[in-house]
Amino acid sequence: MRAVITVVGKDSVGILAKVSLKCAESNVNINEVTQSVLEDMFCMIMLADISKMNKSFGDFSGEMEKLGQEMGMSVHVMHETIFNSMHRI
Amino acid sequence: MINTHEILETITMIQDENLDIRTVTMGISLLDCMDADIDKACEKVYNKIVSTAKNLVPVCNDIETELGIPIINKRISVTPIGIIASACKEQNPVKFALALEKAAREVGVNFIGGYSALVQKGFAGADMALIESIPEALAVTDHVCASVNIGSTKAGINMDAVAKMGKIVKECAEKTADRQCIGAAKLVVFCNAPEDNPFMAGAFHGVGEPDVVINVGVSGPGVVRAALAKNSEGLDLTGVAELIKRTAFKITRMGQLVAQEASKRLGYPFGIVDLSLAPTPAVGDSVAYILEEIGLECCGSCGTTAALAMLNDAVKKGGVMASSRVGGLSGAFIPVTEDAGMIHAASIGALTIEKLEAMTAVCSVGLDMINIPGDTSADVISALIADEAAIGMVNSKTTAVRVIPAIGKDVGEELNFGGLLGNGPVMKISTYSPAKFVARGGQIPAPMQSLKN
Repeated sequence: MRAVITVVGKDSVGILAKVSLKCAESNVNINEVTQSVLEDMFCMIMLADISKMNKSFGDFSGEMEKLGQEMGMSVHVMHETIFNSMHRI
Repeated sequence: MINTHEILETITMIQDENLDIRTVTMGISLLDCMDADIDKACEKVYNKIVSTAKNLVPVCNDIETELGIPIINKRISVTPIGIIASACKEQNPVKFALALEKAAREVGVNFIGGYSALVQKGFAGADMALIESIPEALAVTDHVCASVNIGSTKAGINMDAVAKMGKIVKECAEKTADRQCIGAAKLVVFCNAPEDNPFMAGAFHGVGEPDVVINVGVSGPGVVRAALAKNSEGLDLTGVAELIKRTAFKITRMGQLVAQEASKRLGYPFGIVDLSLAPTPAVGDSVAYILEEIGLECCGSCGTTAALAMLNDAVKKGGVMASSRVGGLSGAFIPVTEDAGMIHAASIGALTIEKLEAMTAVCSVGLDMINIPGDTSADVISALIADEAAIGMVNSKTTAVRVIPAIGKDVGEELNFGGLLGNGPVMKISTYSPAKFVARGGQIPAPMQSLKN
């Protein structure tokens, strides 16, 4: 079971650190990261293994969203299945 | 491996283009709730709905959080109460409406549909009592929706029922005149009503359906419009249809996923995905804007019917491959007050009821959410219903009428329902009298198209 975490917003110090810290606390293993900074817009997509997560998906996604608000960015956690079903036959 | 482009596309669809699951509708059979004692029957109805649907809203909320896709409505459809009430000695079907309302509030759904009667070939059991009770039932409840099927390709059109429904529609509006005539917005008069439709106000659970079933209605006019805005420059209409097909496929996959997930978690079988483009009053989430994106100055201009026919067909072709089972209404909806582009077109006079009638010949439903002057006679409403039913009967498709007589208001004034039902101007309707035609009653015989065996 994997989740896609997207982080979009104005670039600042420590975004990656804060998001990965939250993942580590939740026992979520980050498999892949792609990120780019266009001018000062930061855009990151993480693919993370949530099979050993120590909380519910809803709690994790809620905490991430809250973290996003604190950083002034938009952070979303979505289950991988939605992308697979939409783009793969 | 999923690529970045696909991830961003999905997220943009949800966040910026109003992609959502319009409704997860649980169909519940009430056939085992019949009882000669109406109070006992109502108690059984309440208990069955509450015990069957108690997890519907929490499970949908969980799916919403996990998949990150909004599920706007959670609804219930039940066996037509006209059938269930037939066993009762006491003919006061409003008691059922109150039981449905209580159950809907208990489980937290947005709407409950099935205060319905199927009378395309004649009245049986409690049908007439139910129809006569609709205005009161819709006035004393908030969540209950009613529908009456007055015609079909197989049966023809029951003109006695049509005559009756003109009066009932008007009475529904009069009884709720202090609340923007909302009663009439919760009543649909059908020809060829589908038995697995998840959309309100016309949803009911057909007698051929399983005991409990999960049906899902997708949405996504905003996504189709955005896809056209971004990628349709220079395409001919074949190309445009192809683009709509591809977009409809993606939208429907989402519906299929949610339907399967909901069915698995609730422990009830998956019924159908309804491939409909259902607009909302939100800016951008409009079927009219899609037509305008295809190349019309304003929805309602010449060319609207052709563009809508293509859109409707492309949505089906894209969607049918994306889902294992398709049903319900499946097509593009054109509810005037629920569609920002249609509201605008109607307000400036570009879109008329006559044009809408032509459009219903090629789209999925019918004359939907149209405000008409409050002094429109019941005969005119009946004749409008008959016209619309004739289009459905001859073309072997579902058509429906949901018009709202704006009591005390005239052309140019407005009704505002709020929420998904939206708001819109009162539209002009022909006032020449069809009274003699309507008063003849009887049955318009089924057309040649019915003899397919």
